[in-house]
Amino acid sequence: MKYIEPHAHMVSRVTDDYEQMALAGCEAVCEPAFWAGFDRSSPAGFFDYFSQLTQHEPKRAAKFGLKHFCWLCINSKEAEDVKLAAEVIALVPGFLDRPNVLGIGEIGLNKNSRNELRVFEMQVELAAKHHQLILVHTPHLEDKFKGTRLILDALQSDRRIRPERVIIDHVEEHTVEMVLDAGMWAGMTLYPETKCTPARAVDMLETYGHERLWLNSACDWGVSDPLAVPKAALEMKRRGHLATAVEKVIFQSPKKFLSQSPHFKAGF
Amino acid sequence: MTRPQILDQYFLDARHKLVDLAAFLDRVERAAGKDDFRLQAFRAALGELSGGKKHKAKRVLLAFSDPTTRPVARAETKGACGAWNSSQ
Repeated sequence: MKYIEPHAHMVSRVTDDYEQMALAGCEAVCEPAFWAGFDRSSPAGFFDYFSQLTQHEPKRAAKFGLKHFCWLCINSKEAEDVKLAAEVIALVPGFLDRPNVLGIGEIGLNKNSRNELRVFEMQVELAAKHHQLILVHTPHLEDKFKGTRLILDALQSDRRIRPERVIIDHVEEHTVEMVLDAGMWAGMTLYPETKCTPARAVDMLETYGHERLWLNSACDWGVSDPLAVPKAALEMKRRGHLATAVEKVIFQSPKKFLSQSPHFKAGF
Repeated sequence: MTRPQILDQYFLDARHKLVDLAAFLDRVERAAGKDDFRLQAFRAALGELSGGKKHKAKRVLLAFSDPTTRPVARAETKGACGAWNSSQ
């Protein structure tokens, strides 16, 4: 069973996870830029992180036959400081030509503040200016519903943004419909405690269909499971979904979206 | 899947989770102190489980969600606690 892991923070994972993912059928892993669990003290910290994502991590993945791609941005948890954010955003164009860079992400909102929204719009501008795909993080728990609405409003008010080139991640039952209705892609994140379980994700697939929906583990330094995607595939099989349907969700759909990136198309 | 097939596959797991919820409520009600906004939201969400209304998971999630539409002035914290506090 081959699959693509479209959202994983491998810099926070041990090398054994790469081996387990490869054994489970993973062919490519895509790593959005995110919060390190602490605030970085300067733009130089982000420069080093972007270098890690574009130079070091692909080599670590390649040791297990895995393709590694990444997304670049300043994440929403460090976006309250607009001056820092502007300096980090200015670094990003220097990395966009690197062969594993897919686009701008994971941008978004965390606590739905004015500054977070301003920085989100600055990064949408960056994506539009450089014709980049966009991967969006939606807020956690009680903030998700409001944040998703604010994000969709901002994206839909920019006529340069084509919805089919945007993936809105971490959708749940109360946000998935508004994302799909907006013509964008929706990512379901499989977490042991928050976000979605495999059973709930498959419920949403059965309710909303298999178009413009993908599954990811978003495994990172917190409670998360790098094998969540194959476990959700197993859940589909348990319910009697055909192998072709499973492959569409865990391989063909992410491939279709990501192939809009010339770097993915060339490197996969 | 048919309804009996779904029950065969998921009933014990759902029963286990429901008993766990009941035990959580027993535990919190045994403890000294008052309810806060989280427990109030929890009780409101529980109300969505009974009856014949559809989209129960969506209704439960909305019961915990911030329904407002304007950005907040400033992010005072990075974390989320799971329930919207309307008094803030």
